[in-house]
Amino acid sequence: MIVDSSSPAPTKNSLLLSSEADLQRTQTPYVTGTSVIAIKYKDGILIAADMGGSYGSTLRYKNVERIKPVGKHSLIGASGEISDFQEILRYLDELMLNDSMWDDGNSLGPKEVHNYLTRVMYNRRNKFNPLWNSLILGGVKNGQKYLGTVNMIGVHYEDNHVATGFGNHLARPILREEWNENLTFEEGVKLLEKCMRVLLYRDRSAVNKLQIAKITDEGFTISQPYSLKTQWKFKAFENPTVGAEGSW
Amino acid sequence: MSSIGTGYDLSVTTFSPDGRVFQIEYAAKAVDNSGTVVGIKCKDGVVLGVEKLIASKMMLPGSNRRIHAVHRHSGMAVAGLAADGRQIVARAKSEATNYESVYGEPIPVKELADRVASYVHLCTLYWWLRPFGCGVILGGYDRDGPQLYMVEPSGVSHRYFGTSIGKGRQAAKTEIEKLKLSEMTCRQGVIEVAKIIYGVHDEAKDKAFELEMSWVCDESNRQHQKVPDDLLEEAKAAAKAALEEMDAD
Repeated sequence: MIVDSSSPAPTKNSLLLSSEADLQRTQTPYVTGTSVIAIKYKDGILIAADMGGSYGSTLRYKNVERIKPVGKHSLIGASGEISDFQEILRYLDELMLNDSMWDDGNSLGPKEVHNYLTRVMYNRRNKFNPLWNSLILGGVKNGQKYLGTVNMIGVHYEDNHVATGFGNHLARPILREEWNENLTFEEGVKLLEKCMRVLLYRDRSAVNKLQIAKITDEGFTISQPYSLKTQWKFKAFENPTVGAEGSW
Repeated sequence: MSSIGTGYDLSVTTFSPDGRVFQIEYAAKAVDNSGTVVGIKCKDGVVLGVEKLIASKMMLPGSNRRIHAVHRHSGMAVAGLAADGRQIVARAKSEATNYESVYGEPIPVKELADRVASYVHLCTLYWWLRPFGCGVILGGYDRDGPQLYMVEPSGVSHRYFGTSIGKGRQAAKTEIEKLKLSEMTCRQGVIEVAKIIYGVHDEAKDKAFELEMSWVCDESNRQHQKVPDDLLEEAKAAAKAALEEMDAD
């Protein structure tokens, strides 16, 4: 029996848990990804996420792919604990393998995958052992576009545009103003880049290396990583120590 | 060729005086009485084909799958007791996913065949279990290329260029030996397998049958899948034409 030496005198919680080998409790995240944003557009779904994996306040990993395909019809984007995202990808791989082995002409669509993820996330949360992620699941099947999100508590919903983390606060207001259902691919990308630029300026864990993924009835593409142009030549940034000599 | 093993055939844990285990031989008879299953290894993949004898006209075509995917890269065709076959397929699937989760790569076909054979053999070692009444032809594509294995109810497994089990296996084997497998692509192999199965089907004894075929080859991206419908129709047509030619002689 393993005893958690950092816990105080047995509280009700640890008495309930300590008798089993299962001593999982609410975790803390270690390597995390920041916002993911996604929109429906004319032909399908567009998802954008940067390639950063932060280790606390250090921007440690700069080549983390946070958008992955799921089967033929869907894409998943994740923020939060990267190792938990990798575990989710394993669950999804198993799910898609079993689905493909039926070999009956059917395949799981985005709505079904989203539902599966919701069940997984919610059940883990109820066992006090959550997968520390906020996920975005988007896809197209038989011409029907689907875009949904689910997070570590199991809260899930669908919408025309979704975001995780900071994206909810910074990107969604922009999307509410400027999104319409007839965006072309180029307009969609421009809109997502506008949101990603705001996030890059304002989110401390954002990294200037992003990928934009699209999924349509024909299939998916995940772009090569690229950077956004930023603008720092503001008058207020010049001579920053005027008025406060000696500071830096 | 059959001999009565009076007294020595009651349990799979009993040898006869001449060193045979009759229960295993009886299990093999169950396989021999089922519809023919054929497997061939072509230069770019493996083709499996099953002569599915139709028990009743009320059955929906395409039901009663006899060929099952075991993993992305391999599949298994079953002859004999269908329910026993389901058990073997389930075990093979489980072995395949377990190997991948431990070693991080798809299970090599040789390893899969080994594991299936061990499992089948296991059920010939205890008196409280009966042997599986089915034989399995396993085809897969891994780093060492396409491979074909067969597992018998005794738990014996071998690797083959081409093999068959079931009613028409003797005739089918003769036909397979005539083929130049190393020069054949799977596209051509599908047609040949269809011809063989139509050829060995006994019109007098069994009425109707449905042809089920699958392949794993370069063309299918090394994934195990049912042969595409258009190619299947082409194969059936070629097989029927070949039959008519033979009848005309």
